Amino acid sequence: MIGKPLRRVEDLPLLLGTGRFAADISLPGQAHLRVVRSPVPHGMLRGVDGRKALSMPGVIGVWSAADLDLGPIGFRMVAFPGMLPYRQPVLAAERVRYVGEPVAIVLADDPYRAEDAADLVELDIESLPPVLDQLQEPAQFDDQNDTEALLHEDGYGDVGAAFAAAPHVVELTVTVGRHTGVPLECRGALADYRPGAGTLDFYGAAKVPHQNRLLLAGLLGLPPQLVVLREAHVGGGFGVRGEVYPEDVLVCWASRLLGRPVKWIEDRNEHLLAANHSRDQVHRIRAAVLADGYITAIDDEFWLDQGAYVRTHAAAVPTLTASMLPGPYQIPAYRVRGHVRLTNKTPAGTYRAPGRYEGTFARERLIDAVASSLGKPAMEIRLSNFISPDQMPYARPMSALGTDLEYDSGDYALLVGKAQARFGLAELEHGLAARRALGEAVGMGCAFFVEKSGLGPYEAVRISVDQSGHIDIITGAGSMGQGFETVITQICAQELGVRPETIRVLHGQTDQIEHAMGAFASRLTVMAGSATLIAAQALREKALAAAARMLEASPRDLELSDGAVRVAGDPDTGISLAQISEALRPDQAARWGLEPSLTADGWHTTDHMCYPYGLHIAVVRVDAGTGQVIAERLLVAYDVGRAVNPMLVEGQIVGGAAQGLGGALLEEFRYDDAGHPQCTTFMDYLLPTRAEMPPVDVLITEDAPSPRNPLGVKGAGEGGTTAMGAAIAAAIDAALGVPLGVKELPVHPEAALRLAKAARRESTSEPGGA
Amino acid sequence: MIPAPFSYRRAGSVAEALDLCTEYGEDAKFLAGGHSLLPLMKLRLAMPEVLIDLGPVRELSYVREEDGHIAIGALTRHHDLEHSEMLARVLPLLAHAAGQVGDPQVRHRGTIGGSLAHSDPASDLPATVLALDATLVARGPAGSREIAAADFFQGLFETELEPDELLTEIRVPVPAAGAAGWSFQKFTKRAIDWAIVGVAVQGSAVALVNMAGTPVRAAGVEAALAGGATPAEAAAHAAEGTSPADDINASPAYREHLARVLVERALLEAQSV
Amino acid sequence: MDGEIAALPAERGPSAQAVTLTINGEPRPLRIEPRVSLLDALREHLGLTGSKKGCDQGTCGACTVWVDGRRALACLTLAVTCEGHEVTTIEGLSAGGELHPMQAAFIDKDAFQCGYCTPGQIMSAVALLDEGHAADDGQIREWMSGNICRCAAYPNIRAAIRAVRDAAGGE
Repeated sequence: MIGKPLRRVEDLPLLLGTGRFAADISLPGQAHLRVVRSPVPHGMLRGVDGRKALSMPGVIGVWSAADLDLGPIGFRMVAFPGMLPYRQPVLAAERVRYVGEPVAIVLADDPYRAEDAADLVELDIESLPPVLDQLQEPAQFDDQNDTEALLHEDGYGDVGAAFAAAPHVVELTVTVGRHTGVPLECRGALADYRPGAGTLDFYGAAKVPHQNRLLLAGLLGLPPQLVVLREAHVGGGFGVRGEVYPEDVLVCWASRLLGRPVKWIEDRNEHLLAANHSRDQVHRIRAAVLADGYITAIDDEFWLDQGAYVRTHAAAVPTLTASMLPGPYQIPAYRVRGHVRLTNKTPAGTYRAPGRYEGTFARERLIDAVASSLGKPAMEIRLSNFISPDQMPYARPMSALGTDLEYDSGDYALLVGKAQARFGLAELEHGLAARRALGEAVGMGCAFFVEKSGLGPYEAVRISVDQSGHIDIITGAGSMGQGFETVITQICAQELGVRPETIRVLHGQTDQIEHAMGAFASRLTVMAGSATLIAAQALREKALAAAARMLEASPRDLELSDGAVRVAGDPDTGISLAQISEALRPDQAARWGLEPSLTADGWHTTDHMCYPYGLHIAVVRVDAGTGQVIAERLLVAYDVGRAVNPMLVEGQIVGGAAQGLGGALLEEFRYDDAGHPQCTTFMDYLLPTRAEMPPVDVLITEDAPSPRNPLGVKGAGEGGTTAMGAAIAAAIDAALGVPLGVKELPVHPEAALRLAKAARRESTSEPGGA
Repeated sequence: MIPAPFSYRRAGSVAEALDLCTEYGEDAKFLAGGHSLLPLMKLRLAMPEVLIDLGPVRELSYVREEDGHIAIGALTRHHDLEHSEMLARVLPLLAHAAGQVGDPQVRHRGTIGGSLAHSDPASDLPATVLALDATLVARGPAGSREIAAADFFQGLFETELEPDELLTEIRVPVPAAGAAGWSFQKFTKRAIDWAIVGVAVQGSAVALVNMAGTPVRAAGVEAALAGGATPAEAAAHAAEGTSPADDINASPAYREHLARVLVERALLEAQSV
Repeated sequence: MDGEIAALPAERGPSAQAVTLTINGEPRPLRIEPRVSLLDALREHLGLTGSKKGCDQGTCGACTVWVDGRRALACLTLAVTCEGHEVTTIEGLSAGGELHPMQAAFIDKDAFQCGYCTPGQIMSAVALLDEGHAADDGQIREWMSGNICRCAAYPNIRAAIRAVRDAAGGE
């Protein structure tokens, strides 16, 4: 069962149109909330006038910050005390800091009335000049603080000495643009406060319901057990969805105020203004290099455009950028300085491979620069700097997301060799060279990366079998379309020897299980998968113990298969799990000295992450006339330790590659000089369609199982994305014959055209030639 | 993203549509496929008080050959132009360009008249009818009048139509035997996007998409061709007299460059047809 | 004008009034303002939430339904303009609980992840085969271009379409 491409168990409702996404859920008597948002990037908020809106039929009320008694939204991850002043208020009080910032709310009997009325709320805002560039010197944020929310400094070794001694120093500045997850489902929330019971039910939760329950309960001053977050179907997460945003707090607050359900469904225009942006980093990076290409030190300084506030992820992105930047290489000395700077743009958070897409772009471009300056093939530089298998586990004296950075396992050179053989890279390059000789601008680029996955500290699973033999797996971790239910089902089915059809996975309901972390950081299969295995093993033991009583046999002589316990070698003795469940009544269980119910809990805890790794290869063609970059083929080799379901792993990798491609060629949030966002519909924010999506070849290897969990798995959610920007950049360089041409993502056609022209000038021998 | 409230009037015929238009004046807008108008209304960038639905006006959906020209009803959908055997034979440029609009779903609803009357310079069909020297027929309270395509487009979302006029027909002369060569080139970042720059060529007539506030004829190119220039020589004049926009998709200089590149490709392709 | 459509009230709004749509073969009366899109009418007024709102600007295809058998974007179609026309949604695709072959192929080929764009993909894919626009991969790419999948299950959606096409051709 494990290792097989089992068809997904969660598909049917999604195919029939009976899926339950946030907007599909309604409650009787619900009111509809519309957010009034700042139309200006920066200004002093002098007044909010809701009188006209209030006079509209169907309008229940208009509220602004003065009516709320709520603190700012707290941090969920890596937090530094110095970042506290930069938390986002639920509604802007004195100052607005980005276009789209919530300033007031309108509640009405239907969503059309709410939107009509919101249009009539008048905001008196005195505009201030916006800050729009993270490279600009920090400006004033408020009376006490400037716009540098954090200077994160980290590293190890004697960087100064390494540079002083190095025969070669290679330096460059690279930029990754502002883009983000943009799931196809916009956000949505439905809060139902019951005045009598004092309970609050929240529908539309995703990703981290248990963590969000604590945040929301804390903000609202409610006991966490009275707050129930309920995850239904989620139309894509990608890091963005499922964090606590102002709107989530507002529906809860309004529902409690009105004593009736309150629903808010984000529209696409709002989503592009209000949900987390990501990336947007500038790196100035340099390497100290020996004559043979060995890198003795990396020194990196980067600037992250955090947007207007620091949201729930706090310092997760800058710290991950810093700690993961050295990647697969030894790098004996490393220094990093990351400036988290606030601007008047939509606040930023995580997006698939946060910090790694950016850091990998900077590092792999640096490797290409080293290769170019030494006149060696880039792959040779990579191979000579790789951490070798005999150095594993490899501790880099830093931390990542609060864990010691210790790579668990890996054989990077082996993966390169396998990819070269499987993909026929030498022949591929040969074919491209022949096309170049005929005048086509085609090229191949590679980039290597290390991912991280399986963040702890824990995940819990409860498995219970009812009197019919039906099995429920309960976990607080969320599902956002990755095939999570299928993977969990496979692990449980294998361990218990039952058919997948008898299993149901209940996820993301905070009243079903006490503890959960959630679905992020490619941690589900590692953490919830391992917990499932452990719970299933415990359940198996319990079933055997009970069956031993029923069969009057020793548990050692029993085996569990096909949903029944048998005496080994005696196929006629079977007792089904259903019978065992029925037998484990409290009275009988007590007589047997067992806990009642055929139920078991499993916990997986860990202090360390797992570190999968991979090689990305891109083949591109550049239209030398227009500058258009056409991705012809993407290839991904990825070691996941162990693939529970190779079909789903491949789906994750292909999807991740598409998002890496989007960030490399198409997707970017642009602002005009006055700070107004220019990409507020799907006509301006360009998601890859199938026409831009080339074939993706995937090689999944299992050469380096993780020793840190019982399944040996590593996460697969982000490895399709991480190095795609770097690989595409290298491919464009190769196509145009310009070493280190691409220093900025996304590569707009106009920029590629400039590179193509530069290449032609370079190759024209007569000075002053046309 | 909900339009402001409006009243809805359904027109069953051209005459009814014109009566309604007279009744409501400038407060009203015609609704054809709606795929240009409704996106603007959802962002409340357009807020008509009355929409006059032309959907039931079947009399304006046709493609027929009349003496020396092809007559196309203004409410003919892109999909039907794209799949018209007659157009494929006689006006392949128009059939092809209609097939380049948006995506299949959009082409099932969008109409040629709606696209022309919307007058978005980034749209494919305005430049196409300009290259084809089409004549647009408008009907108003006083009867019908003909407007040359060259006079029809006045600016972004502005046309020569009076508020009480309805575009009813597009008349396209059948290209002369010597002008049968055609090409349609469109530069987009993604297949489904509006053109950043586009070119429609029929014979030696060259029109540009998105190089000014309206579709424009590339007069410099046409003059050079008339003077015997090669495609490459003629294409060098592609940006003359244009005033391309500066937006997130492209700078004016880049658009000018694209116009030259695309015109050369279009002329070469047209030659080879 | 068709007799049927001619018989309908010619003026409506701006307030909500009675409109009857034909959805999946059934007449469905409802009270809506003229500004209500077909998508909102289905989702918010008729409880047919299978069609999805992705961009609400006609760019993503998540709301794809059929109007008179042709695929159309429900977000850019006013509900009131559909009076007298046949609307088919994902809920009307599978007869009597039996999966349409395209739905079955989507499972078999792992043609989606989060499932949000899936109803639109399926409505588009079935129409694509009816239109005869799935002869090769290039055609599938071109004629499915209006349906965005953020999870990028594109290769597997193509595989599902090919499988249904080939099975139908082999009969």
